[in-house]
Amino acid sequence: MSLLEVRNLHVRVGTREILKGVNLRVNAGEVHSVMGPNGSGKSTLAQVLARRESYEVNEGSISFDGKDLLQMKPEEAACQGLFLAFQYPVEIPGISNAYFLRSALNALRKYRGEEEIDAVDFLPFLREKARLLDMDEKLMNRSVNESFSGGEKKRNEILQMAALEPRLAILDETDSGLDIDALRVVARGVNTMRSPKRAMVLVTHYQRLLNYIVPDFVHVLVDGRIVRSGGPELAMELEEKGYSALEGAGAAVVT
Amino acid sequence: MSSDLRTIRELAEREYKWGFVTDIQEDRVPKGLSEETIRLISAKKSEPDFMLDWRLKAFRHWASLESAQAEPKWANLRYGPIDYQDITYYSAPLQKPTLHSLNELDPELLRTYEKLGIPLEEQKRLAGVAVDAVFDSVSVATTFKEKLAAAGVVFCSFSEAVQQHPDLVRKYLGTVVPHTDNFFAALNAAVFSDGSFVYVPKGVRCPMELSTYFRINAAETGQFERTLIIADEGAYVSYLEGCTAPIRDANQLHAAVVELIAHDDAQIKYSTVQNWYPGDKNGKGGVYNFVTKRGKCQGRNSKISWTQVETGSAITWKYPSCILQGDNSVGEFYSVALTNNYQQADTGTKMIHIGKNTRSTIVSKGISAGFGQNTYRGGVKILKGATGARNYTQCDSLLVGDKCGAHTFPYIEVKNATARMEHEASTSKIGEDQLFYLRQRGLKPEDAVSMIVNGFCKRVFRELPMEFAVEAQKLLSVSLEGSVG
Repeated sequence: MSLLEVRNLHVRVGTREILKGVNLRVNAGEVHSVMGPNGSGKSTLAQVLARRESYEVNEGSISFDGKDLLQMKPEEAACQGLFLAFQYPVEIPGISNAYFLRSALNALRKYRGEEEIDAVDFLPFLREKARLLDMDEKLMNRSVNESFSGGEKKRNEILQMAALEPRLAILDETDSGLDIDALRVVARGVNTMRSPKRAMVLVTHYQRLLNYIVPDFVHVLVDGRIVRSGGPELAMELEEKGYSALEGAGAAVVT
Repeated sequence: MSSDLRTIRELAEREYKWGFVTDIQEDRVPKGLSEETIRLISAKKSEPDFMLDWRLKAFRHWASLESAQAEPKWANLRYGPIDYQDITYYSAPLQKPTLHSLNELDPELLRTYEKLGIPLEEQKRLAGVAVDAVFDSVSVATTFKEKLAAAGVVFCSFSEAVQQHPDLVRKYLGTVVPHTDNFFAALNAAVFSDGSFVYVPKGVRCPMELSTYFRINAAETGQFERTLIIADEGAYVSYLEGCTAPIRDANQLHAAVVELIAHDDAQIKYSTVQNWYPGDKNGKGGVYNFVTKRGKCQGRNSKISWTQVETGSAITWKYPSCILQGDNSVGEFYSVALTNNYQQADTGTKMIHIGKNTRSTIVSKGISAGFGQNTYRGGVKILKGATGARNYTQCDSLLVGDKCGAHTFPYIEVKNATARMEHEASTSKIGEDQLFYLRQRGLKPEDAVSMIVNGFCKRVFRELPMEFAVEAQKLLSVSLEGSVG
């Protein structure tokens, strides 16, 4: 059984159909990359997987670890081990990053019937994770994402992923807006998180990230459909030829 | 958004857990208000003549205002007429006339305070907070009296102060809030039954936090307490009050007066956690809270700081203010006001700058949820002689859901050109993106909202004494329950 199985997914925002029958199967231990031009529906796919309610699913199904993901609320999906690294991380003024993360971790632990972690034990745990991402400890005491630079926000997302240890992590354009140093740090974080028990889906516009994180599978999303799937070499091909060569190829659906 | 609204509704349906009634025998005067009532109250308290005269003067003034229909109507509040003859103005738990120790207190009363989490037994006090408890109209117990007395601090019920320290009462009573100040202040002056009294002598730093706990228990009864705090030269005191009431279908009136006086180099920190019964989710019942609180920075370099967390009451009408008379004196006002369901609050502050180089800071955080209406009303006045005065005002509103309202009425009056004024204001709505972000990390919607709101209020919570800050956060979460998605 696959960890994630998306079948014939149709998604609408208002009157516009954005996803027009997406199929995707991701097994534990695999890293997938979903690539595509602007407006192809990549972020919509990421948001629907994380159960954002403003999207209307009008056809198809998604199973996550054998359960019907479409029946889950966002917090249930999170507690089941689904994590979304946001393209635009949100600011929560007045709440420290450390407190926020501990609350999130404890929400997951509580759901799993585990004991909550207290502030004393949490701090060394968080420090260790932060070191991995070259994050300044001071960021832990600042309000969540408030006055963080673009790079700090993205690193903060990866830090959260490292702390929450999801089974399925979806990274929505985590590479956009990062300079090369930040990109390396983020990639290092992601690579150390690779594990036979964990799957990752990297949603990205550029091939650049894939120089640092080599995916097992690459999918090309154009106009709401996955038009090509292949190995890492597909990303290279895209880099050379661009997406335009694949546009209009929507009919030749590869699953 | 629809699911957010659903959650808001669910949250709002959370119960008020302080709503129980204590079954205790009461000594109460008949309903209604006349000179007779005033004389009866004064006699019950065996007051000296000056007190009775003062009350009668206040009553006559109030009666003239009432017949002129001069009850203030300018606030942004909607409620039916109050029948002042349909209220009981004095109710006291029936007990032995004099108590020598807490052991003699009615065990039913002690149990009530235990339920409320207010331990009166001194040995149980870990935090070192001295507590005065006011049940309906009278003060039932004051703890840590001896330790305070050793430091020279007077902390007792107002009734006791009238008996034991009549000179101090006479000297200061009504000097900050005269009985002619407003309709509700006049009513309070006429009928007030008890409250707390604090005097901190010259150069003394009060060795512990002082706290009063107010509880309305009896039905159809108003509570009219009066608190007077005096910090003499160089003195320091931190005082906290908390309030709860049982659930009742009929509205109950609470009209309190608080007067603070700070002499040269003295400092008073006054914190309130107000959680009177707010009414049910349809707006039935709840306490009408009409309160006049004012502090006078009479001396040079004195400082008065108000911090309030207002989560209860159906109606809140309250403007803790500072008169900055002494040169270099400082006034502060930090406020969190939350209105959920059909609650209405019109609250804020007045800072009157009279002395030179006087400074004031106002930080107001209003949160509206459900059908709640929240109004900030502020008045900053810089008088002619207040050279070098400064004010900083920050006034933020947070809306939860789309049926509530936030309103702001800031008045600024400057008569001295050297004044420096800053005013910042913002109105925001809990964003769907913020909620989704927190929920994606595993938090339930109500926990997510409570986290966002607590973050919003952080600047104010920082001003509360530590142990009460934690309480205030919890209270806010409970009060929001049923409010958000």
